[in-house]
Parts: sequence; C-alpha cells; structure tokens
Amino acid sequence: MTTLELQFGGGLEALFSHKKQMEVRVPDESVRTIKDLIEYIRTTLIRERHDMFISQGTLRPGILVLVNDVDWELVDAREYVLKEGDHISFISTLHGG
Amino acid sequence: MVRACSSCKVDKAAVKRPKTGKAVCKKCFFGLFEDEVHQTIISNKLFSKGERVAIGASGGKDSTVLAYVLSLLNRRHSYGLDLFLLSVDEGISGYRDDSLAAVQRNKVEYGLPLLVVDYKRLYGWTMDQIVQVIGRKSNCTFCGVFRRQALDRGATLLKADKVATGHNADDIAETIFLNFLRGDFPRLSRCVDAVTGRGSELPRVKPFKYTYEKEIVMYAYFKQLDYFATECVYSPNAYRGHARQFLKDLEAKRPSAIVDVIHAAEQFRFPEPGNPDVAMPVQRKCERCSYISSQRLCKACILTDSLNNGTAAQVNRFSTNKFSSNE
Repeated sequence: MTTLELQFGGGLEALFSHKKQMEVRVPDESVRTIKDLIEYIRTTLIRERHDMFISQGTLRPGILVLVNDVDWELVDAREYVLKEGDHISFISTLHGG
Repeated sequence: MVRACSSCKVDKAAVKRPKTGKAVCKKCFFGLFEDEVHQTIISNKLFSKGERVAIGASGGKDSTVLAYVLSLLNRRHSYGLDLFLLSVDEGISGYRDDSLAAVQRNKVEYGLPLLVVDYKRLYGWTMDQIVQVIGRKSNCTFCGVFRRQALDRGATLLKADKVATGHNADDIAETIFLNFLRGDFPRLSRCVDAVTGRGSELPRVKPFKYTYEKEIVMYAYFKQLDYFATECVYSPNAYRGHARQFLKDLEAKRPSAIVDVIHAAEQFRFPEPGNPDVAMPVQRKCERCSYISSQRLCKACILTDSLNNGTAAQVNRFSTNKFSSNE
C-alpha cells in the first residue's frame, strides 16, 4: 500500500463532502501512476457528479494537478510514478471569479 | 527529477508556463506574473496617477488575485492609485453570501475599503425573487444586465474614475468565440480591448487581459490567497460552457491557443458607427435613469419594468438575441 496526501481546491472539494485534505492508502499494484490514481478517485472516492472530475475518460481539462507543489506537467503528468508520502493537489480553474 | 528553473537556473522549477512552455521556480513565477500584469497596465495606459479605481470583487479567484496584485504593484511602482473593493450582491442565497464573506476577509487582509451594492435596493428585486417569477431559463440575462449597471452605480458612489475587473485571457478568448458564434460584431470588436469606454465617465479596464487562468490559480495556490470557488446555483449558462470546454480542450493540445485567439481578434476592424452599410448602435442616455444606453430606455429599466408589470416571463422568452448578455 502507498500512503498519499490528497488535496482538493477551486470548488472540487464539493465532490468530497467539502473535505479539502485527505489521507488515502492505495494498493500499489493497481495504483502506480497518477493516471491510476485519477481512476481510483473516480471509482472509489467520488459518489456523484463524476463529470466535474472526468471528461472523456481522462481528467477534465481545466483541473490543475500539483505533485509535492510542482506542476505535474513538469513531472511526466499522468505517467508520474507515485511514491510513499506524496502530496497530490487537484485544483479546478473552472469556477467564476 | 524536477529540472532547474529556466530563469534563475538555481531553484527547482514549479510551474510550466502555458504561454511560453518555460519551466520556472515559484519565486521567478511570482516575479514574471507580476511584471507581465505591470506591462499590460503600462503599455495599454490603464491608469493615470491619482485615479480612484474600483476593483470589481466577487470573492472568486480572479478578483481576489487582482486585488492582491494591484495593491502590490501600486506600492511597488508608485502608481499613486486609490484602490477600492466593489462587490455586487445579487441576492442569491447559498452562493453570493458565501463569496461576499471572502471579500470581507480580503478587505481586512489587503486593507482596502469595500462597498457592497445590492440588486434589491437598486432594482427592488433579488435574483432569488426574479428566478421565482421567470424560472431558471435565461435568468443570466437579467443578472448580467443588472450586474453591469450595479458595478457602474457602485463605482459612481465611490467617486471612482475607473472600474478594474478580473477578466483573464481565458475569459476573453471565450467571449471572442461567443460573440463570433452569435454574429455579434459590435461586441466582437469591443470585447478584446484592455480598456472599454475610454473617454466615457467610467472606463473599464482589464489588467489580466493576457494572464492565463492557469497562472492565476497557481499564483493564488502558492500565495495561499483566500478565495471562494463555487458555481452559481442558477448558472449552467450552457452556450458559454460549450465555448469554454472547447477552448480548454484546445489549450490542453496547444497552450498558446488562448493568447493566439486574443491576438487574432485584436486585428479585427469594423466600420465606425454612422457607416450606412453597417448600423453600429449609437450610445445615448436612458431617459429614466440616465444610464448609458443605445435605446430610449436602458436594458435594466426595461427589464425592471417587465418584472414590475408581470411581463417578465414574456420578455424572457424573446430576449435571447436582444439581451444575450454583457460581453
């Protein structure tokens, strides 16, 4: 199992009973990359309004991801291999300002 | 392994900039972000020394970052501006009350005076009451017309010289698409300007015209700015939603798409008002409230009348083209 610290912001927390932070333990054989983590979140953590998180089978464009406070685009994005204790943030940009 | 910042070559890169593709560290990102906003302000002559500027503040990400960055740049570059926060309370319970609480916190944190104007007092109706009468379809039409005028009225109360709004590059690119798709060329030519109503009593300025939404959210995240994010309870605004999704999909493939759309639209030229070939509306004043209008009565007065005399549901049905919104 891998322990991860998840953070949700920019309105996404509404999908997780308004919890902005949570610690999860994920099976390391099936949840190896962020791509797997996104699927894990979709199937086990989100109960409704999946379309706010997923679009056409992948993370909805307009949601930013940071790995230990680094833009995921700098660390292989979906293919990033998760490590014990990683802090992964999902921040939506899709809400009005 | 994370690469080093392409700007200072020292610290660990934290952001991939959508406009340039460059990887920069947090500190350089803050500096570049703030400098680019400063460049937009200077090269478009958004402000003059001594002006009173009302910042349209919703409590959301864009206006929160705008209030923060404008206060910072005003001190750093001695703009000599008097800054104010100006919020509009549409009377939408479960939405605006929470976001206004965020504006109240910004007021304290940034030390800026705040004025809140509300629909109920200005028009006699809250959005909740309007939706009860006209239903959920096209209520954004009423809200858009009312909000624009409410901001102007609030700014007048503050004796402001200008209103600054948090419209970002993504918003502007989206609006360009929308106006294009609607064939609305008066708005198509206006919506890309960093200053609208130059020479009028109350110009509106967009210091974030070239600032990507991604960077605004990253900036707020790294600076831990306090903003409120939720969708308006009435707003699906489906048509804009499609344009937005389309643009986000393009951005995912080629991030410079957003700023490219803006640069393309800056080259559009349309005939001046008075050209007999194309009738551009001529601006005059509303006979009742003296708000700027292209007709005898302004849109807000027409819509308020329709609410008061019970014909709003009908106005609503025919309004989609006439009063589409305020872009």
